[in-house]
Amino acid sequence: MASTLTAPTEVDDRVARRSLGARLLSRPEVGSLVGAGVILVFFLVMADPFRSASNIGTIVYQAALIGVMAVPVALLMIGGEFDLSAGVAVTTAGLTGGLFAYQFSVNVWVGVLVALVVALAVGAFNGWLLMRTGLPSFLVTLGTFFILQGLNLAITRLLSGAVSSNSIRDMDGFEQAKAVFASEFRIGSVNLKILVLWWILFVAVGSWVLLRTKVGNWIFAVGGDAAAARAVGVPVKRVKIGLFMAVGFFAWFSGMHLLFTQSSVQSGEGVGKEFIYIIAAVVGGCLLTGGYGSVVGSAIGALIFGMTQLGVVYAGWNADWFKAFLGVMLLLATIVNLIVKKRADLR
Amino acid sequence: MTTTTKFAEEAGTSPNTPVVHLDGVGKSYGNVHALRGVSLTVRQGEITCVLGDNGAGKSTLIKIIAGLHEHTDGTLSVNGEERRFSSPRESLDSGIATVYQDLALAPLMSVWRNFFLGNELTKRPFGRLDDRRMKRIADEELTKMGISIPNLEQPVGMLSGGQRQCIAIARAIYFGAKVLILDEPTAALGVKQSGVVLKYIVKARDAGLGVVFITHNPHHAYLVGNHFVVLKLGRVALDTHRADLTLSQLTNEMAGGSELEALSHELRGVDAGVVAEPHDRPGGI
Ligand SMILES: Nc1ncnc2c1ncn2[C@@H]1O[C@H](COP(=O)(O)OP(=O)(O)OP(=O)(O)O)[C@@H](O)[C@H]1O
Ligand SMILES: [Mg+2]
Repeated sequence: MASTLTAPTEVDDRVARRSLGARLLSRPEVGSLVGAGVILVFFLVMADPFRSASNIGTIVYQAALIGVMAVPVALLMIGGEFDLSAGVAVTTAGLTGGLFAYQFSVNVWVGVLVALVVALAVGAFNGWLLMRTGLPSFLVTLGTFFILQGLNLAITRLLSGAVSSNSIRDMDGFEQAKAVFASEFRIGSVNLKILVLWWILFVAVGSWVLLRTKVGNWIFAVGGDAAAARAVGVPVKRVKIGLFMAVGFFAWFSGMHLLFTQSSVQSGEGVGKEFIYIIAAVVGGCLLTGGYGSVVGSAIGALIFGMTQLGVVYAGWNADWFKAFLGVMLLLATIVNLIVKKRADLR
Repeated sequence: MTTTTKFAEEAGTSPNTPVVHLDGVGKSYGNVHALRGVSLTVRQGEITCVLGDNGAGKSTLIKIIAGLHEHTDGTLSVNGEERRFSSPRESLDSGIATVYQDLALAPLMSVWRNFFLGNELTKRPFGRLDDRRMKRIADEELTKMGISIPNLEQPVGMLSGGQRQCIAIARAIYFGAKVLILDEPTAALGVKQSGVVLKYIVKARDAGLGVVFITHNPHHAYLVGNHFVVLKLGRVALDTHRADLTLSQLTNEMAGGSELEALSHELRGVDAGVVAEPHDRPGGI
C-alpha cells in the first residue's frame, strides 16, 4: 500500500467522563421507575389493604393482564408504528379458539392453534397493508379495529346466538390448556397466577431481543429513520410486518388466557384496551414517534397501571379517580419523553 | 462479515477491470427526467470523480448503483453481469458500499450501533450481538479517521455534522468490498478530516477498489481522481481521463465554463438534436 495512515488524535478533553449515575439517568425507563416508586409509597401510606402481602398477587396480576400485550406494543412503537386493533385482536383470538373448538366439537387445542393462525394473520395483514399503501399505521389499524370489533360481535351472535362464545369447560383438553394459560398457585400467603410468570418471561425475552440481537437493532433503526435503515440494508418491510405479527402472537396468548380463565369470552370485550397498552409503553419511556424506548419500561408502565387501579379501590375511593390519575401519568410521561427527545435531537 | 478491513483482501485482482458499468442509464421521477443516457464505468484501482451543479443528477446516479432507486432506462452491470437492484441490500451484497449525502444514520441510536447497522456482528449462542467487539472496531476505525468520540453509546443525533459524516465514511470504508461510493463526503468536513478522507480514498484505490467520488470541489477531485465525469442536467457533459485534463480546465467546467465550451462544441458539430436540447427538457429544471 502506498501511504501509511497516521492520524494524530489528541484526546478531546471537552467531554467529561459520565458518572454511572448520569448514564443510568439516560435510560428510557428511569422516569417510569421513579413514578412507580412514588405511586408505591403513596398507596402504601394511603391504603391499608395495599400493605397486605396477599394482595400483592392481585396487583401483579392486574399489571400482567396489561403487561403481556404491552411487550409487543412497546416493540412496535419503538419500530415506529401503532396498532389500534391490539385490544380487540385479543378478543378475536379468544373467540376464535372458543367458537372453533365448540362448533366443530374438536379438542380445545385445535381451537387454540386455529386462534394462533388467525391472530398471526391479522397482524400480518396489518403490516402488509401498511407497507403496501404507505398510509400511517394509525389509519390502517383503525380500520382493522372496526372490522375486528364488528366481526367479533356478529360472528359470535351468528354461531352461539349470544354475546359470548359457548362454554368449552367440558371439552377435551380444557384442563390441560387451562393449566398452561390460566392456572394459579401459591407461594406462602401469596396467590400467583401463571400469567404473571409468562409475563416476566415475555419481558425478559422481549428486552433481550431488543437490546442484544440483530433484529432488536433493526427495530430501533426502522423506528428512528426507516429510509436510513433501508439504505444500509435493513429489511424494513420484514421487520415491520414481523412486529405486527408479534402483536398478533401476544394477542393470541392474552386471548387464550381470557378464554381459559372463564371458559368463554365476551364478544364486546377489549375495546379501549389498545390505549391502555399504548399508555403502558409510553409511560415506560417509548417515544410515540419511534426509535426509542424499552420493554422493561413497558412492564413498569403496566405495574403503575395495576397499582393505581387497585390502589384507588383499596383506598376506598371512587373508581372514577382512576382514569384522571391515568391521564396525569400519561401527560407526565410524555413530557419527560419530550425532554429526552429534545436532547437526542440536538444537532 | 469479517473483522479485517475488506479492501486489503481484494488487492490480488487485476487492476482496471470494470466492476460497475452503466450504459445509457436513465431515471425518471414521474415527469422529471433526472438522468438521461448516462454511461459510466467504474474500474478497479481507479477513482472516478463525478462532478456537477446542484440538481445535476449526481445523487440520483449513485442511488441507482446503490440499489436505492431502480433505473428506468439502460443497463447496469456489475462484474459483467446485468443487474437491477431492487433494494440496497442487493447492492451491498455485491460488494458496493455507499456514503449517502444525507448520511443514512439513525439519530437516536448510538454510534457503535449505527456503525454496524445492517452488518451486525453476532456470537454464539443464539446469535447475540457481539457488542464488545463492535464497540472496539468502531472505536478503532473512527480513531483511524482522526476523530475521537469519547462515548460510543452517545446517540448519533447529538454529534456534529462532521462527526456524523466521519461515522458514515468509516462505516462504508470498513464494509466496502469491491466498490466504494462517496456522495460529497468532504462537504461538511474540516481541513484535517477532509485530508484524512482523501487519503482513505487513495488508500482504497491502491488496494484495488473501484471508487466513485462525488464532490463539488474540483481541487479535491483533481488531487485524487483518475477519471472525471461532469454531469449537466442529467446528462454526461464531460468524460475524460486525468491525462487529458488540467485542474484549471476542470475548475472551468465546474464554474460554468463548460456551458460555453459545449456551445462552441455544438456549433462545430452537426447533431441538431443536441442543440435543441435545452428547450425540450420538461419542467425547466
Ligand atoms: N425523489 C425524487 N422525486 C422527484 N424528483 C427528484 C427526486 N430526487 C431527485 N429528484 C430530482 O432529480 C434531479 C437530480 O437530483 P439529484 O439529487 O440527483 O442532484 P445532485 O446532483 O445530487 O444535486 P446536489 O449537488 O444538490 O446534491 C433534481 O432536479 C431533483 O429535483
Ligand atoms: Mg446530491
